[in-house]
Amino acid sequence: MKVLVPIKRAVDYNVRVRVKNDGTGVELNGVKMSVNPFDEIANEEALRLKEKGVVSEVIVCTIGVAKAEDQLRSELARGADRAIHVVTDEEVQPLQAARILAKLAQDEGVDLILAGKQAIDDDANQTGQMTATLLGWAQATFASKVDIADGKATVDREIDAGTETIEVDLPAVITADLRLNEPRFIKLPDIMKAKRKPLDKKDIGEFDIDVPKLEVTATRAPGGREPGRKVKDVAELVAALKDKGLV
Amino acid sequence: MSKILIVAETLAGELHPTTSKAVACAKDIGGDIHVVVFGTGDKAAAEAAAQIDGVGEVLAVTNDANATPSAAVLAPQVVALAGGYTHLLAANTTTGKDLMPRVAALLGVPQVTDIMAVHGPREFDRPIYAGNAITRVSAPGDFVLVGTVRTASFSAAAGGNSAAVTDTAVSAELPTHTRVVGQKTGGGDRPDLQTASKVVSGGRALGSTEKFDIIFALADAIGAGCGASRAAVDAGYVPNDMQVGQTGKIIAPDLYIACGISGAIQHLAGIKDAGTIVAINSDENAPIFEIADLGLVADLFDAVPELTKALS
Repeated sequence: MKVLVPIKRAVDYNVRVRVKNDGTGVELNGVKMSVNPFDEIANEEALRLKEKGVVSEVIVCTIGVAKAEDQLRSELARGADRAIHVVTDEEVQPLQAARILAKLAQDEGVDLILAGKQAIDDDANQTGQMTATLLGWAQATFASKVDIADGKATVDREIDAGTETIEVDLPAVITADLRLNEPRFIKLPDIMKAKRKPLDKKDIGEFDIDVPKLEVTATRAPGGREPGRKVKDVAELVAALKDKGLV
Repeated sequence: MSKILIVAETLAGELHPTTSKAVACAKDIGGDIHVVVFGTGDKAAAEAAAQIDGVGEVLAVTNDANATPSAAVLAPQVVALAGGYTHLLAANTTTGKDLMPRVAALLGVPQVTDIMAVHGPREFDRPIYAGNAITRVSAPGDFVLVGTVRTASFSAAAGGNSAAVTDTAVSAELPTHTRVVGQKTGGGDRPDLQTASKVVSGGRALGSTEKFDIIFALADAIGAGCGASRAAVDAGYVPNDMQVGQTGKIIAPDLYIACGISGAIQHLAGIKDAGTIVAINSDENAPIFEIADLGLVADLFDAVPELTKALS
């Protein structure tokens, strides 16, 4: 069974993003870019399935600028077998990304897509679900545990009320939540090896992504909170809370 | 004029309180507001939805497949009902996040995730970068607007309404590739974390599951929901459905009491819409004090039980 792992180049999760003064977006100039952390978890899970013998090949793919090759190489170094890069300078919205991923999944004959639950830049949390839908596949979002056997995946999902266990027939899309695993570190020799792994470039013009789109008209910084005051003891705290009518 | 269909969320046959937050967002958009409740015949949730102020009609859809609904089973039913509506909305809970992109993809339209403010029928604010930036998005054209509503950004619509509940037949082919095996929920009698008006949270400073009891005791004394920092969840003191923050639940209670929580950025991202934030921490330099309205520098094992006693 082959697995497709879509990854996204995004601002590194340690960077504190800053909104540009003219409100046209966030400052990306000179900012460290990395693999979206949920996608690293997805790739790690795919690699573990390969190590268990459940999966035969792990294909990572991305849709993005030429420099996104760095992120593909990094996931190849983690252990993926080969990569596909759909190159574009344009911003691609989730439904468009889903159409591209669905086409890639069909062309590559994969039975499983393991994706991050969301990208930490646009926080849309849509692409995995949309891809599953376009393919007519099952989905298991927010996965914290994955078992695959007999053409089925049993997945623990992190839901607001606790944990839900679902069983889906393959082919399926599974999206990774934070607690699914801890991705392995990438070792230097693997970075060297990854440079020789196959990386196939495709032009975005090969895909039909003519769908309605949303337009971002402005970007602003959120309102801050003013620091309040310190109270000296519990009695003063209780008095302040009673004063505000909160207790 | 807009005609809005809200997909209600139910939990164990009861209407989830986040549904009235989605209704509040729909009221800001304006127009006819309908709520659809998917169930197996019991009308309790539909009747609860009919009481939400602003709701014009509740559609009750009965199907045995809705006993333990999955996004895959619900999405075709929502799409079958979508004709004539300008907007399809749900709360941005794990259920809504799972379902609505499936609805949008079936309809071939984009989705606005996490609507936090309404500027017009097709123009909204939504957070990106975990709330560190806010974008204003518009949906040019006349395709059906699919969206999820940030529950922390809207006050629940009031009750007291008595809208009509209409049994509605839905003809849709439902997939069989997805089966819900079971759910493990924290449950208990405490208010739901996402909609509670008061929340008490504990951090890693608690040190163990047993010692977390002082947090539960304070919560119970004031009728609050109970949360935790990611550090406390990762340390295994409490289950992850209690996690408040960017990677957990984003909440906006009237009162938030953070006990032994230092205030990592990712935690603050989950509480910045709270009304009053109280911080109790022994470290006077903890970042939580930079956003707390009321700060108490104290050992939480002294201060929290004392506060519980004073408020009981």
